[in-house]
Amino acid sequence: MTEMTESGIWQEVSSPFCGIASDDLMIKVEGNSVSVLENGDAITKKGFETPITDTSPRIQGEEVSLQQAVSHVAELLRSSKQPVIAGMATDLNGARAAMALADKSRATVDSMFSKATFRNTLVLQDTGWMTTTLTEVRNRVDLLLVVGSDIESAFPRFYERMVWNKESMFGQDIESREVIYLGKSPSGDASTSPKGKKARLIACDDTNLPEVVSVLRALVKGRSIQAEQVGGISVTDLSELAEQLKQAKYSVVCWSGSQLDFDHAEVVIQNVCEMVKELNANTRSSGLYLGGKDGDTTVNAVSSWQSGYPMRTDFNRGYPNYDPYLNNVEQMLAKDEVDTLLWVSSFDVDKTPPKSAATTVVLGRSGMTFEQEPEVFIPVGTPGIDHEGRTFRCDSSVAVPLRKLRNSGLPSTFEVLTAVEQAL
Amino acid sequence: MLTKLTGGRVYDPTHGVDGEVRDIYIRDGRIVEHPADGKIGKEIDIRGKVVMAGAIDMHTHIGGGKINIARTMLPEDHAADVVARTELMRSGCGHAAPSTLTAGYRYAEMGYTAGFEPAILPANARQAHMEMHDTPIIDKGGYAMLGSDDFLLRMMAANEDQEAINNYVAWTITHSQAIGLKVVNPGGINAFKFNQRKLDLDEKNQYYGVTPREILLRLARAVNELGVPHPLHVHGCNLGVPGNMNTTLDTIQGIDGLPMHMTHIQFHSYGTEGDFKFSSGAAEIAEAINKHKNITVDVGQILFGQTVTASGDNMRQFAGSPHSHPNKWVCMDIECDAGCGVVPFKYKDQSYVNALQWMIGLETFLMVDDPWRIFLTTDHPNGAPFTSYPHLIRLLMDKTFRNDVLSTLHPEAQKASHLASLDREYSLYEMAIMTRAGAAKLVGLADRGHLGVGAAADITVYTDDVDREKMFSKPDYVFKDGNMVVKHGDLIDVTWGTTHVVKPEYDNSIEDSLKPYFDRYHTQKMGNFKISDDEIVDDGRGSLTVQPLHKGGAL
Repeated sequence: MTEMTESGIWQEVSSPFCGIASDDLMIKVEGNSVSVLENGDAITKKGFETPITDTSPRIQGEEVSLQQAVSHVAELLRSSKQPVIAGMATDLNGARAAMALADKSRATVDSMFSKATFRNTLVLQDTGWMTTTLTEVRNRVDLLLVVGSDIESAFPRFYERMVWNKESMFGQDIESREVIYLGKSPSGDASTSPKGKKARLIACDDTNLPEVVSVLRALVKGRSIQAEQVGGISVTDLSELAEQLKQAKYSVVCWSGSQLDFDHAEVVIQNVCEMVKELNANTRSSGLYLGGKDGDTTVNAVSSWQSGYPMRTDFNRGYPNYDPYLNNVEQMLAKDEVDTLLWVSSFDVDKTPPKSAATTVVLGRSGMTFEQEPEVFIPVGTPGIDHEGRTFRCDSSVAVPLRKLRNSGLPSTFEVLTAVEQAL
Repeated sequence: MLTKLTGGRVYDPTHGVDGEVRDIYIRDGRIVEHPADGKIGKEIDIRGKVVMAGAIDMHTHIGGGKINIARTMLPEDHAADVVARTELMRSGCGHAAPSTLTAGYRYAEMGYTAGFEPAILPANARQAHMEMHDTPIIDKGGYAMLGSDDFLLRMMAANEDQEAINNYVAWTITHSQAIGLKVVNPGGINAFKFNQRKLDLDEKNQYYGVTPREILLRLARAVNELGVPHPLHVHGCNLGVPGNMNTTLDTIQGIDGLPMHMTHIQFHSYGTEGDFKFSSGAAEIAEAINKHKNITVDVGQILFGQTVTASGDNMRQFAGSPHSHPNKWVCMDIECDAGCGVVPFKYKDQSYVNALQWMIGLETFLMVDDPWRIFLTTDHPNGAPFTSYPHLIRLLMDKTFRNDVLSTLHPEAQKASHLASLDREYSLYEMAIMTRAGAAKLVGLADRGHLGVGAAADITVYTDDVDREKMFSKPDYVFKDGNMVVKHGDLIDVTWGTTHVVKPEYDNSIEDSLKPYFDRYHTQKMGNFKISDDEIVDDGRGSLTVQPLHKGGAL
């Protein structure tokens, strides 16, 4: 359990920043200063160590009390014709409060990660998938196929924790695990085995992935392919890969929605997922989508159980209305369809609201700076540092508890949004 | 303040009260004696009305990963049943996989005051409780799922003694904040990860060499020895497979007289006779249930229309995925702990198989003699959404109505069933047993499901109506912990129920093997896996109610 073992030293701390919710961090807290002593990586260190600067809310740049800020936000929402609650980088209770407020203020909700997340969501809602979770990967994977993603740049500890762990529960020789990249090449050596076996690379550009994945799926299904090359890859290489997938006992096909960053990448993901289903006719294979940082999985889960729908849902007419296209807040802001934007970003000081003409309220992590001062800025605590919370991992099955590590006095997103709801 | 409900016809089977006219007194959320000083704060005249304790759904998938996958996956299903916000209620959606808020409101509006999530994967228990926390009015709780988790199978393969297994079971129930223990396709979810596609009762898991029969015995014994009131909750082998009635009969025989609850028995009562090689095994199954007093069942009745099936049994869900309607589905392996499968499905009255499934469920209801050992469920949402309970109640209480519906179904299926010849109609008293007194006793709720002094004032008042569907759809009043939450069929107050758990004792030395197991193989620390009491209380709206254990626990 996350706990303070000696003065200022916390053990087994979970990270809400990394998407895989590593919970073996050792953290030192002195006053308001936090440092990751063990098991940190670039993403986690930045997440925990970003210093506190502002502690006072501001209206038009002038310091005000929290109560004044809350009343002003309530007034803005009350007079808004198209309010939007976006960003949505928060924890369980922050998401609950945001949904309650959206319901009451007839707002539209969307997350800053939706562009990537909806590449997966659209597949789930159209054809579904077979997936697995991190502990299964750690113990069972014999072939990891990475599609169009450079895992380690975004998930630095994925290989250490899930692939090159010391041992598997089932006596597998860890060194025998195969890693194959299809598309992008890895940016470092995380995918190289402890004894130095490098991942195999079958490279192609993102733009060729739709075609390459289609052909791979066809080969897995035993279809014959006339072409000798596809997307710069020889069909022989793809046939060999198809054969490896069929021979593997527990292959895992992995991707990151944010790295498949091209139009209609959902079609590639869909082909991957259908291929995985088809592999399961004879052997076992599973998909694994990486993502879920900064509360992304959490807010989609909460939105689904409270409204029936994930992000990109509006309450304009008093009931939930889901539209993954019209309720894309990035587009709505670009088209000037929003008059009031409430941006929640409690994890990362760099995740500021997109530029827009909307009157903007930011519930942001302390230390956030703005090109253009928002109408209201309320510095809020970071879940798992300034207050307790819970967050889901990318695999959406496991949620981890987050502990309060310091007494910064910063309010939680839950507290602020609940106060706004009550003031409405 | 003391409230008096005057002159209702009371059905309280726990106390043998069968329709007698009685007054009920409520104070501070509890049912109390007639006040000595005679002072009444508020009197509600319910003369001529039918009074029962609040109903308890002892098996309903209301919270957790798989039902949330179902919600996210089915926007088109919600779109037909969106629910607008009111002064009192949050907006949401209904039908097959309703939002948590709407689910709570609708249960209360039907006179239900508690629901139990039957498949809480320990690895996913945190989510199940989050969702139940967001389910208003009704009390909730759930059964922790073991039997395909690698830790148990490793213990069994190493032939560890029963006491060690008891410790592990108690540790799991305690730290997943559950009130019982469930097993789903015993060992089968695990076997599927090793690419086994079926696992009969005596078939070995190819890695561990352990059979479902052994798993059932070990877990049923653990639950019994720990004094957990709810018997081991069993979703058996071979769900949905024609001929599985023999497996089910073997399972009943094989449990050595230990208490066992067999869930959604309808899905496990299939024979292979006739032209369609699919027949009803309900008569044989009912006979076995009648004979074996250690067995309880809930039915898992199917009703016609669109729904979604959500199960921990990914082995069987994968096998059923070609039948998905609409054509999309999810299967998952989860955390060396369990798995899940979500397959939307449409039951059609002109399908031979679906029509016969409907008949098999009803035959079972009507042929099991003892209403204390059979429970009214649709395995929400797997057989049908829980909102169809009033319709199901009418089918059970009204033979003419039942036979009218029967006569519209697939003609060959009608010929394959002798449902039309079954004359039984459930009485109000029997209905109160099945949905209240019996359910509370089965789940292990000491202070619910009855109307005795000291019981929680969870009370439902109906207007008697020969149309039982109408009667059970809209109660006149529903009281939750003494608060009137429904009046004339409409919700008038939103309260938040408690979470019922048991806390069986165990020897903490089990953590000496669990902690290194988590460190070596898991991606989460043992300590972070545990769900604290504070998480259930959460923002202050939640609460824990620890129900008493049976005496005679071995530890």
